[in-house]
Formats: sequence, structure tokens, C-alpha cells
Amino acid sequence: MKEAAALLAKEKGSAFVLAGGTDLLVRLRTGFIEPDLLVDIKRIAATRSIQVTPGGFRIGAAVTGAELGEHAKLKKAWPGVVESANLIGSKQVQGRCTMVGNLCNASPAADSVPALVAAGAKVVIVGPKGKRTVPVEQVPVAPGRTSLKKGEIIESILLPKRLSRSGDAYLRFIPRTEMDIAVVGVAASVTLDAKGVCIDARVALGAVAPTVLLVPDAAKALIGTRMDDKALDALAAACSAACRPIDDKRGTREFRIKVAGVLARRAAQIARKRAGGR
Amino acid sequence: MSAIHVTTKINGDVVDYVCEADETLLDVLRNRLGLTGAKEGCSTGDCGACSVTIDGRLTCSCLVLGVEAEGCEIDTIEGMADGEALHPLQRKFLEHAALQCGICTPGILVAAKALLDTNPEPTETEVRFGLAGNLCRCTGYDKIVRAVMDAAQEMRRA
Ligand SMILES: Cc1cc2nc3c(=O)[nH]c(=O)nc-3n(C[C@H](O)[C@H](O)[C@H](O)COP(=O)(O)OP(=O)(O)OC[C@H]3O[C@@H](n4cnc5c(N)ncnc54)[C@H](O)[C@@H]3O)c2cc1C
Ligand code: FES
Ligand code: FES
Repeated sequence: MKEAAALLAKEKGSAFVLAGGTDLLVRLRTGFIEPDLLVDIKRIAATRSIQVTPGGFRIGAAVTGAELGEHAKLKKAWPGVVESANLIGSKQVQGRCTMVGNLCNASPAADSVPALVAAGAKVVIVGPKGKRTVPVEQVPVAPGRTSLKKGEIIESILLPKRLSRSGDAYLRFIPRTEMDIAVVGVAASVTLDAKGVCIDARVALGAVAPTVLLVPDAAKALIGTRMDDKALDALAAACSAACRPIDDKRGTREFRIKVAGVLARRAAQIARKRAGGR
Repeated sequence: MSAIHVTTKINGDVVDYVCEADETLLDVLRNRLGLTGAKEGCSTGDCGACSVTIDGRLTCSCLVLGVEAEGCEIDTIEGMADGEALHPLQRKFLEHAALQCGICTPGILVAAKALLDTNPEPTETEVRFGLAGNLCRCTGYDKIVRAVMDAAQEMRRA
């Protein structure tokens, strides 16, 4: 990994990390980029495995969507994260695409990113100056731009250990049923106490702002409640209020704001159910 | 970028080739190795006409570089029939007339085989989702789905 980072740092021209290539190859083929150097990280062992650690899960940067879907333990602990990654593209794309590629491509509509943010995931970055660990939401800074510096590579994603009575979910709105770009994406993660009261929550939105949004007010609307209708109304309102969407042929501004609230409500209900609540 | 030497296994045979660093596996298969079964529809991962499997995983060969295949096992439509004997999927596509112009057919057959390899008893919905990465402009998909369901049934009996 260090060698790969050194290669990238040394290159004077344009240099890119290659993971699944499902974004990069499209950009290469359409002439958007003309790289002088591509560094394929898939052969580096550390990027290929999913490990259960004392702190939770460590997912290598080159683990594909299909492999995430086949990992029973991960699916049980973080079903929302896995379902969001499995929404990316077709079976063909699933065989190659990675969550880290999804994150570093920095599309505002990237499907796995809101779920990772709601999960409180972090990424381990290796670079010329050593390793650093940062929360997922600090990686994308604008459409197509990340906070990674020259020569930096994401080595893995860290998902926290799952507390009991916890659940997460991701929902997106697309005009078709498959193979489309999210018009709105919402992820929710909740933890309940023995009485069914929400004691922790994180809610994140995709495709409604230049980057993924973590919405603390939405979490506040749930914490301390039994996630009843009143709390869910407050959650939906907080999500709609946080949106700063664009207006385009795929969805108007108003539509996206409204749908964000509706989907947040549904995602929170699924997360609650997965946490063992009613 | 300079030419790079690559060793792979294609349809069970060891194959060596030399390709440019930015050349796709689809171009290598078609232009360097004469394996023209995989088609170029879109070259952006949307149509599935270029489908192959790499180490058993279904992939769009237009989204893979030739150099990435080093040491991998690739299966293409050319390896599907057993000599003169067609694969059940191929026979059922003919029986059900599940093709018209045929440009999507090799990719759909490869994708359908990959589906049945992991799920020998798919529901119609599972077939439709499993083939969502393969576009067909001619058939309207119904005949394709029926041919796949029928082939699956025959393969389960065999
Ligand atoms: C047909 C099709 C359908 C798609 N559908 C969806 C969809 O429904 N939802 C969705 O969100 N996306 C979709 N995508 C986009 C794409 O598949 C995803 O964004 C995917 O997760 C990218 O992962 P990758 O490993 O292929 O990335 P790559 O193409 O390998 O890389 C993407 C970017 O991230 C950088 N990068 C990759 N790994 C690292 C790393 N470890 N460290 C630093 N930088 C890195 C690369 O340099 C590049 O700039 C689709 C793409 C196609 C072709
Ligand atoms: S040519 Fe590869 S998906 Fe269309
Ligand atoms: S038969 Fe013509 S595209 Fe499918």
C-alpha cells in the first residue's frame, strides 16, 4: 500500500487509483480523463478482505458489492449499508464496484455513501505522510472532488461494532426500478433501549445537496422518543429542511425536498423494525 | 503508454497477449484474440452486450482493462457450447425465438448462465432482476425470460 501511495505521489502528470473501474473506465473511455498513471489496488491483499475486529468491521477498499452481499455477518450487523451498496448498478457492475470507489467518485447521488455516514463509518487513508483515519462525511467536498491529497489512497472502511437493538436502512427514489441514479437517497441508523425508546440515531441524505448531508436535527427528532408518528413527522420535517437540492429533469427542487421527508420516515421505520422495535 | 504482456486463461486455455495499458478487455478479446462474441453496445457499462465472467464473476468487459486480467480466468460466449452441442440456454433461446437482431444475445446468455450457476431455480422476478444489466432493443424481454426459465427447468431435471 505504501509503495502504491509512493507511486501516485511521484507521478508528475495525472494519476488515479483504480478499484472496480466502473466509474474510472467510463471517464477514460469518454475522454474525460487522460491519465498518465493508473494504480490498480485490487492485488494488494489488505484491500481484498472483510475482517471482523474487536472494534467492528474492517472492509478492504477493493471489496466488491457482490462480496459485501455474500458476507452473512456483515449483512446481519449492517443490513442498510449492504443494501445500499447492492443497489449500485447491475449484476455486472456489482462484480466490480466498491464502496470506496463510490465515495471517491464523489457523486452527490452515490448510493452507499449516506448509509456509511449514517452508520458512523470511517476510512483509513494511507499516504506519503503515513496513515490517518477520518469520518466518511469528510471525504467528499464537492461534486467530483474529495479531500484526499496527492498520493493518498483509502485502504479500508471501518464500521463500528453493532450494539444490540440496533438497525439501519437505506432507501432511494429512482424513476425506474433498477439501474438508475438516485433522485433522493436516505439512510437511517437507530439504537433502541429495552423499552423501545430510541437512544441513538444518525440520519444522512444523498442527492439533495452538493455532498452527502448528515442531519443532526433529524437524529434529535428521534432520540428520546418511541419513534411514534409525532417523532417521525419531526424527522421528516428536519430532513426536508436540510435539503439544498438542484432542479433538473430527474426531479424538481420541491419534489426532492418532499421525497426526502417521506423516505426518511420509511427508512427510520425499517431501521426501527430491524432493531427489534415494532 | 507502452505495451504490456498479459497471461490469462480464456475458456480453459492459457492465452498470452500484449496490449496497451489503456485498452479494454473487450477490445483485446475482439481485436487481438478474434473472440467477437462479446459485443460493444455502449462501452459505458449500461447495455451488457460485452458480458463475460472473470474468475466466475459476471462483468462488463468494456469496463475492465486488458491488463487487469493478468492471472485471471475468463469465460466468454465462445466457451459456452460443448463442441457442436449447444448449452441448454442456447437451445432454449432458439426454441423460444428469444432473439431478433441478436446483438444482445451473447451477453444475455453469459449473464443468464451466471445467474443459473448461483441460482438454479430463479423466479421470474429474479430472472428479470438478474438480467437488468442487459438491454435488448428488439424482443421486449418476455421471450428471453421464458427461454431462461425453461432452460433452468431442463437443467434441474438433467
Ligand atoms: C452501469 C452503471 C450503473 C451504475 N449505477 C450506480 C448506482 O445505481 N448507484 C451509484 O451510486 N453508482 C452507480 N454507478 C457508479 C459506480 O458503479 C459506483 O460509483 C462504484 O461504486 C464505483 O466503484 P469502483 O470501485 O468501480 O470505482 P473506480 O471507478 O475504480 O473509482 C472511482 C473513483 O474513485 C477513486 N478511487 C477508487 N478507489 C480508491 C481508493 N481506494 N482510494 C482513493 N481513491 C479511490 C478512483 O481514482 C476514481 O476517481 C454505476 C456505474 C455504471 C457503469
Ligand atoms: S458495451 Fe459494455 S456494457 Fe455496453
Ligand atoms: S435481439 Fe436485438 S437487441 Fe436483443
